[in-house]
Amino acid sequence: MKITFNINGEPRSIDTDGEAPLLWVIRDGLNLKGTKYGCGKAACGACTIHVDGMQVRSCSYPAKFAEGKEITTIEGLSQGDNLHPVQQAWIDEVVPQCGYCQPGFMMATAALLKEIPNPTDEDIDNNIINVCRCATYYRMRKAIHKAAALAKQNPSE
Amino acid sequence: MSKGKKQKKGIKRRMFLKRSGVGIGLMIGGVWLTRNPIRRTIIKTSETLVVPYAGPTSDPLLWLQITPDNNLILHSSKVEMGQGTFTGLAQIVADEMGLPIEKIKVVHAETKAGNLDPFGTGGSMSIASLWVPLREMAATLNLMLLNKAAEKLSVNPDTLRLEGGTITDGSQSLTYGQIVADVTEWDIPSTPPLKKRSEYTYLGKPVPRVDLKEKVMGAPIFGIDAEYPDMLYASVVRSRLIDAQMQNFDTTEAERMPGVIKIYQDEDFIGVIAETHIQAETARKKIKFDYNKNADWSLADIEEKITVGNGNKTIVQKEGPIVEDIDEDAEIIELAFRSSIGAHAQMEPNGAVANYQEGNLEIKVSTQVPQLTQSEVAKAMGMSKKEVNIIPTFLGGGFGRRLHTPNAIQAAKMSKAIGRPVKSFFDRQQEFQNDTFRPPTHHVMKAAVKDGEILGIEHQFASGDTLFNSAMDPGIERVVRADIGSVRGGTIIYDGMPRRATYYHVDLPFATSFWRSLGLLANAFAIESFIDELALKTKQSPVDLRLQYMRDDNPYIVRAKKVLKTCAQKAGYTDEVKDGRAMGIALTIDTGSPCAHVAEVSIVEGSIKIHKVTAVLDCGIAVNPDQVRAQVEGCVCMGISAALYEKMDLKENKLFPINYGSYDMALMRDTPKEIDVVLIEGIDKPGPVGEPPLGPIGAAISNALRRLTGERLTQMPLSAFIS
Repeated sequence: MKITFNINGEPRSIDTDGEAPLLWVIRDGLNLKGTKYGCGKAACGACTIHVDGMQVRSCSYPAKFAEGKEITTIEGLSQGDNLHPVQQAWIDEVVPQCGYCQPGFMMATAALLKEIPNPTDEDIDNNIINVCRCATYYRMRKAIHKAAALAKQNPSE
Repeated sequence: MSKGKKQKKGIKRRMFLKRSGVGIGLMIGGVWLTRNPIRRTIIKTSETLVVPYAGPTSDPLLWLQITPDNNLILHSSKVEMGQGTFTGLAQIVADEMGLPIEKIKVVHAETKAGNLDPFGTGGSMSIASLWVPLREMAATLNLMLLNKAAEKLSVNPDTLRLEGGTITDGSQSLTYGQIVADVTEWDIPSTPPLKKRSEYTYLGKPVPRVDLKEKVMGAPIFGIDAEYPDMLYASVVRSRLIDAQMQNFDTTEAERMPGVIKIYQDEDFIGVIAETHIQAETARKKIKFDYNKNADWSLADIEEKITVGNGNKTIVQKEGPIVEDIDEDAEIIELAFRSSIGAHAQMEPNGAVANYQEGNLEIKVSTQVPQLTQSEVAKAMGMSKKEVNIIPTFLGGGFGRRLHTPNAIQAAKMSKAIGRPVKSFFDRQQEFQNDTFRPPTHHVMKAAVKDGEILGIEHQFASGDTLFNSAMDPGIERVVRADIGSVRGGTIIYDGMPRRATYYHVDLPFATSFWRSLGLLANAFAIESFIDELALKTKQSPVDLRLQYMRDDNPYIVRAKKVLKTCAQKAGYTDEVKDGRAMGIALTIDTGSPCAHVAEVSIVEGSIKIHKVTAVLDCGIAVNPDQVRAQVEGCVCMGISAALYEKMDLKENKLFPINYGSYDMALMRDTPKEIDVVLIEGIDKPGPVGEPPLGPIGAAISNALRRLTGERLTQMPLSAFIS
């Protein structure tokens, strides 16, 4: 079936099996490789994207549901050279090690900060439940607080 | 239950003896008599050895390429899997060559270029082993550039000097880019003296990771992101059962599935090639088959096999009598420990993208061993190594999981069969069920104690393969017999008394292999928990007790003492439980880098909570202290995950769980609010970093829990046993 949506601000149409996970449409159909496959069962969060501003684990989200929606992936999180506060904080705190899970974490964090602009440690523990095997959680926690502070300095983000 | 594999092992050994022949029997006999001391020497050496860099050093241009636009490309034969090696290597080259680090781009060396490292990437050896050879190559390249500049400017080289990417005599100058332009032949001089440490600017500085921007922007840098035009997708059938052969394949239904182009089948595997990834996977699941089981296996069978007394016995440390024979009036303290089967669970599943074109093969793949992957693929394809180019990509986690790359062979075979590039990856379930696991372990610790003094300690332990697997020359297994990897951290470092370590090597009916730090985590859990128990038994501080039995002037012991003292002091270590929190301390020396942890622990609503970990590591020079800290933090948190939660189960030949979530791991909520990392520079060179800080964590947590609850937990994962 033909599915039409906006992704990272651009209108796109793609022919796909409507039941196929949106993850593979994004990765292979649209060649946006920043969204990662981790588990296929919405258990690890590596594939986290935003659909109409809400975080979604795209490995378990049938493509047909994307019809007419506004989708953001890691490639669209920054505005050109203007990094999103979450990305800036990730750079400032030198969070990534292998880096594979990091787009999913950054997308989950960006969604969290929309809901809770000043998350406590407890908010972070309860909401950031992705998997990072390099176990960079310690720096991520710092970076999430930092991102919250950066976003406050630049309210437009 | 038939123990098929064990029998096979017996046959192998008999064949070896037979081959030895009667004629050379005397000579063999001589080696045979001395083999145990030889083995112990090998084990002892391996405990602190930095394995030397084994790649080419004679031609700096294999590593370092100056581009016409006056930048430098560093072709690394060590892969970047998160450990920060690319950044450290860039710092080292920038310093030795006097270049701004921004001018250096680090890439993975393709095998066709010839910069091959037979050791691969692992063992925490990358920076430590390249510290001297890479600086020598950089210094040599500088001299080559200087000589060439002199030739081009028709001046005496002595009048020239280097200045951040240009060479000048004061009046005229050439950039490195200008020097290399049109040069086709280079004279390689002998290695000039290296710079002094005081002349380095990047060494010891927290330079941001060179791959930071790409990783924060979501750039397509991993194996799973690689593509070729006109590429197809494949999905290969994998066995769900251990110790069983798949048979009677029926592909009728799979062939009719949408998008399927071909079902590939040979004597080794069967896979579906389709237009899209999902189509390949969906069709693969429609292939029907059954199993021929060799034997039935449950976890209880595995634990029975992995029990001290079973398997091939090797005494790996032998100083003085066994503890029972030291003093008949001494009390013998004994405790047994176990650790679980662990999964790698690295985030990027294994796979490869192969492009076979008219006798040439190119494979983009996340591998820790590009050279081994190349030779394995060449052999399987009946091609020469020259015809096979491995293009290593960034790894979505390594942890020892990428030393076996069968997916590269399978993708290559399918690409050749279909005449188009093929991408073939495990799905997550396949990744878990076909992992090369961390082997389970069993440990019996014994000590002779009299009048508050420890008279001797013994560690007996059983484990499976870590180094002894397909990646290892079988000859080494014959000589050493005790798997050096499984033995890691298994000998007693406390001295001045009889001490022994006896290893039992067990063959398991499923693949086990390298898992970050190999035997260290489990061995340290047993030994360092036991030492803590001895401290309680003899009513001493666990810090004092350790120091009392570290009397050697061996430099590793001297450094370890400082690490231990620093850690206790920095953490404010106390035996007392305060506000429901207790501390536990543990110490290890792994690959020559001593590390100590103090864990501050409580139990909140029945769950173990780690509040703070103080970690002290002496890894010598920290080329990039920020990234060394990152490795320590990562080891602490990965270690917490393994120590508290991670375990594979086995029922009816099925290993499970086979996905995240059900494979319980530490997440953000389990991460200590404070990780205090202290680095000590006890030697004047960089030492191993990536694994040693994993050693003490299990025991440190367990020791804290012992003080908190009065109960000694003797099995990892600990959470399964907390009451």
